[in-house]
Amino acid sequence: MGAEMVPVEHVLVLAGLLFVIGLFGLMLRRNIIFMLMALEVMLNSAALAFIAAGARWGQPDGQVIFMFILAIAAAEVSVGLGLVLQMRRQLQSLDMNDAVRLRG
Amino acid sequence: MTLTLFLFYLAAGIALASTVLALTRANAAHALIFLIVSLLAIAVLFFFLGAPFAAALEIVIYAGAIMVLFVFVVMMLNLSEVSREQERAMLDFSNWWLPALLAAVLLAELLYVLIAIESETSVRAVMPKEVGLSLFGPYVLGVELASMLLLAGLVGAYHLGHRFLQRDRGRRD
Repeated sequence: MGAEMVPVEHVLVLAGLLFVIGLFGLMLRRNIIFMLMALEVMLNSAALAFIAAGARWGQPDGQVIFMFILAIAAAEVSVGLGLVLQMRRQLQSLDMNDAVRLRG
Repeated sequence: MTLTLFLFYLAAGIALASTVLALTRANAAHALIFLIVSLLAIAVLFFFLGAPFAAALEIVIYAGAIMVLFVFVVMMLNLSEVSREQERAMLDFSNWWLPALLAAVLLAELLYVLIAIESETSVRAVMPKEVGLSLFGPYVLGVELASMLLLAGLVGAYHLGHRFLQRDRGRRD
């Protein structure tokens, strides 16, 4: 892996596009599984921006932050999917509109 | 256009298309497969950006572990045809034009800012050794915090999932 001629600003545009798609998906979907997936897309686009910045300046910090994002995503997904199981158990549904009350 | 650049734009296009497809499916299992394709395409982008270690982690942890967790939960929940119909109804135009408008405005602002950056192609590859030295040098406190966060996530997931399984087992007896 040498120094390829990849335009960094295009990677940043791609990361922005992916983030906006994830945000759009988060606003559009009401199914909690799809909302978690949209969160994953957004976290991943942020990680892409960090990697691009790390490659641009030739520093390892970008990849270090990528690993922290990975750890955060893993913790978020495990707790989030546990909540999905609980929601299914208590409300018999995965629709966020059924979970608008704090005590359901 | 060199081959590297062509492959880079190809992977970027695949990432965008599969992400859009993933978030607009009615069937959760199909959406997960598209999301895995998107993550693999982003791993290819990491290779082109000179971050082979990050690319390997993206495949092993993101496309491997995290997505398998999603697949297991979708299989456990056994989503019915009713919920699929409900999802299809939610994807109607009257539901998605407002979020699309808001997201498009944000994207336009983002692109306006990014256009001001002058073109920069001097990417330097960062090898795993440097990443490891940095991770366990100046960032060692962050590593400790991440390990505590993962432990908290483990305990939380066990606590939340345990009750679900217990109830399930009680119903079968």
